[in-house]
Amino acid sequence: MSTISFKTLSKIAGPLIFVEGVDNAAYGEMVEIKLEDGQRREGQVLDTRKGLAVVQVFGPTLGLGTTGTSTRFLGHTATLAVSDEMLGRVFDGLGNPRDNGPKIVSKQKFDLVGSGINPYSREQPSEFIQTGMSNIDGMNTLVRGQKLPIFSGAGLPHNMLASQIARQAKVRGTSESFSVVFAAIGITSEEANFFVKQFEESGALGRTVLFLNLSSDPSMERILTPRLALTTAEFLAYERDMHVLVILTDMTNYCEALREIAAAREEVPGRRGYPGYMYTDLASIYERAGRIKGRKGSVTQIPILTMPADDITHPIPDLTGYITEGQIVLSRDLQRADIHPPADVLTSLSRLMNQGIGKGRTREDHRSLADQLYSTYAQGKDARALAAIVGEEALSELDRKFLRIANNFERKFVNQGFDEDRSIEETLNIGWELLAELSDADMKRIKPELIEKYGRKKISPKEVE
Amino acid sequence: MAVVARISGPVVVATGLEGAQMYDVVRLGEMGLVGEIIRLEGDKGTIQVYEDTTGVRPGEKIVNTKRPLSIQLGPGLLTSIYDGIQRPLNILREESGDFIGRGKIIPALDQNKKWDFIPTSKKGDEVQQGQFIGEVQETPLIKHKIMVPHSVKGQLESITEGKFNINEIVATVTTQSSKVEIGLSSWWTVRTPRPVLRKLPPESPLLTGQRVLDTFFPVAKGGTAAIPGPFGSGKTVTQQQLAKWADSEVIVYVGCGERGNEMTEVLTTFPELEDPKSKRPLMERTMLVANTSNMPVAAREASIYTGITMGEYYRDMGYGVALMADSTSRWAEALREISGRLEEMPGEEGYPAYLGRRLAEFYERGGKAIVISPEERVGSLTLVGAVSPPGGDFSEPVSQNTLRVTRVFWALDASLASRRHFPSINWLTSYSLYADDMGEWYSKEVSPDWISLRKEALEILQRESELEEIVQLVGYARSLREDYLQQSAYDDVDTYTSIKKQFNMLSVILEFGKLEADAIKKGIRSSQIGGLESRKLISKMKWTPENQIDKLLHEIRTSMRQEFEGLLIKVSQ
Repeated sequence: MSTISFKTLSKIAGPLIFVEGVDNAAYGEMVEIKLEDGQRREGQVLDTRKGLAVVQVFGPTLGLGTTGTSTRFLGHTATLAVSDEMLGRVFDGLGNPRDNGPKIVSKQKFDLVGSGINPYSREQPSEFIQTGMSNIDGMNTLVRGQKLPIFSGAGLPHNMLASQIARQAKVRGTSESFSVVFAAIGITSEEANFFVKQFEESGALGRTVLFLNLSSDPSMERILTPRLALTTAEFLAYERDMHVLVILTDMTNYCEALREIAAAREEVPGRRGYPGYMYTDLASIYERAGRIKGRKGSVTQIPILTMPADDITHPIPDLTGYITEGQIVLSRDLQRADIHPPADVLTSLSRLMNQGIGKGRTREDHRSLADQLYSTYAQGKDARALAAIVGEEALSELDRKFLRIANNFERKFVNQGFDEDRSIEETLNIGWELLAELSDADMKRIKPELIEKYGRKKISPKEVE
Repeated sequence: MAVVARISGPVVVATGLEGAQMYDVVRLGEMGLVGEIIRLEGDKGTIQVYEDTTGVRPGEKIVNTKRPLSIQLGPGLLTSIYDGIQRPLNILREESGDFIGRGKIIPALDQNKKWDFIPTSKKGDEVQQGQFIGEVQETPLIKHKIMVPHSVKGQLESITEGKFNINEIVATVTTQSSKVEIGLSSWWTVRTPRPVLRKLPPESPLLTGQRVLDTFFPVAKGGTAAIPGPFGSGKTVTQQQLAKWADSEVIVYVGCGERGNEMTEVLTTFPELEDPKSKRPLMERTMLVANTSNMPVAAREASIYTGITMGEYYRDMGYGVALMADSTSRWAEALREISGRLEEMPGEEGYPAYLGRRLAEFYERGGKAIVISPEERVGSLTLVGAVSPPGGDFSEPVSQNTLRVTRVFWALDASLASRRHFPSINWLTSYSLYADDMGEWYSKEVSPDWISLRKEALEILQRESELEEIVQLVGYARSLREDYLQQSAYDDVDTYTSIKKQFNMLSVILEFGKLEADAIKKGIRSSQIGGLESRKLISKMKWTPENQIDKLLHEIRTSMRQEFEGLLIKVSQ
């Protein structure tokens, strides 16, 4: 550790400070910044050359001056001390205790920004996670090791959905439960309290690690918060054989922080002022989900982001969608129609669904039933649009059927409330009930044998139980 | 001595680089990170580093290898998986664990494995560049030809049959001025295209078993195609289907800046899949380059060149090679990121001004060609590039620059994808400039009726789109969409359709359409037709295996003729 401290701040611009006279700061090296009144802040080297280091400050620049402030280069890059003691604890956005508990002391220190997983080391995710939500389990199945974001909008109940998933998620036939790592990135204290209360009530707090950077906390911390969460998750998954569910909310705030630094560095901006490397940067977060050959644990990610003006083509959801393995999209129209969760099944997607479903995993009819429900729902929605113009009476017999099914699909299948935990069989059986009025020829996505076996049998109420 | 002067992400400025040349590969700092010189100014140079630079300090030393980025070509390439600068990921895992290690130099080819070399020339033969002198059975599917290196001409002084590793000498050639030793492997600089004698016009389609592609928008062997589409529209699935089923002898799959789990999927599924013709695992004809999105950005830029150089190498042996790059947008973004760090004046949307030129240069490396060899050998390299336009907006620079140089456009459509019409290739906006040139091949190899059948089907689809706003056209067009265009990549049978089966399916659907149109004219209601048995049988065609399809086709043809006849009789009574 370097003992020399530099009092040579030449410039402070936004979250960046320029320290002169430093000859060999390492790229990514951590920096301790000491204010005149003795306060300490942390920072990290973003650009280094002989005689100058540009340091990004994690925290406010209030109180920093070109005189009186000293910096010390710590000789190591960003690391996190990890231990089992972290479970059940609450930390701030930089990893310091927020719950009045002791600081984590451990010999095991993990790099915050590690190298990527070798694609050759990855295990293909294929274990079905039952979330108890029909729209996810039935239509956009989540599997262990997947990264499946929730694309939401301001005022939509993404928090309710995320906490419901965290509460209900299980892999059937095993008693292993998920531990949860929760990273709040720039959300309000009210939202954070909601999650803490949820974890408490469901008795999950003891297997949860929370990192909270609230709206009132320094925005620069947000660059580190998701990485702290993922480093912790990797420790629990790969060293402690746990199955970890990581919830990151709200990634939009993370991207805003990224843009703030890019602007302060006067970089050439990409779309809408976000830096050109945002794809790579986001990938360095999202790609940390997965499974590794020969290791028992897994990291499953549910990042949440709010789409500015509900625009899915905005750079944040757009780049996220290109990296993650699908997305669950929440819809304002469904929210208005009082459907919970207001998930828009048509724009949602799970890319790993096929690997997690079917015979031996969920049920053999799952894939084709889901396909049929999608296409029928899509046609029903078209019919609904048409009916708005010409009136329902003018629709063809088939279109009227589609419309009815689409309405019921929203009310009975997607809509399930905040407390209902459905098994996959219940979900699939509801799907078959919705399709019951279609003829075999109208169910093109499903092989006749499967219609016969699952679709035409009378489902006794007992089985639904 | 060359030392690091400044570090900013993947870009490093160095001083003391006397005598360095552009694109020289350097080893950087104590860790020996691999980088490449991309700008020179006096003895000062800018280096893009293929590995994470975290922890590097100013003052660390730099070693110039004095050689541009090169890869080793030889037996063992097939079945391998490499990162962007040709490091085998399986060996990298053995050396540095589950996470990508830094500063590792690992030979691309197994240095110890002995290959059976069988000479095809003999001592005393006059040989010249590109000529085969022998071969190695690289995999049961592919014979790896050993060629005389470029710009070598002379007499074969010795050639030995036997077991050799890739570094041993199997032959020597006496040229006018010197002796040249030939081994099983050679080196090539990735940014230089391997030359050919002459490019040829493409004349046969690359059959993919995907109905919408083979029937409506074929790409030629040696052609270029672009697949742009927003996320979730099925780019990767389409690319993987091509890699699985295209009737190419060798496949190069470049996963450039994409998801790690997708590469894992390729790695786990390909060895299990069989080539429909040879019944051998598909992996035996495949090479993978995987530089996923969380791997260093500069190596992502290089991965495309690494992939295409390996492709050209097999083309030079006279093989039909197809390269899938997923996605060229990520490659372009890597270019943009480096350009931004170099503080270059940006062009459109922050991309460098030379984006269009670089894309054009890449696609120009494809083609069908007479390769350099005294034997008039023809090889082809088909290039298929996925494009990921932000927000699905095709007017952005990467899509536009790609469309200017590629001849096939497979437009993926989010609205088709959201109603689970897969492959979600929009049949109205997609095009293939090869379709007309390929007509002759289809007439000869499939059926003389092919051209008219295809035209008729396209017209129906076109007409349907005009009417769609008001009313869905009767069965016909819908049947084309649902029973023909939609194809499941996940169904064991439907995933691949032979060109012959495609022709038969299409002709049956169109014949049914004609009978239907005729019947409706004569006063029969569409609801009556919807219930016909033959209608149901038509929807079964795609699920029916190739060896049972003839029986079903016969059944459909007979029953539909009878059923319509029956309907007409009923009406006339």
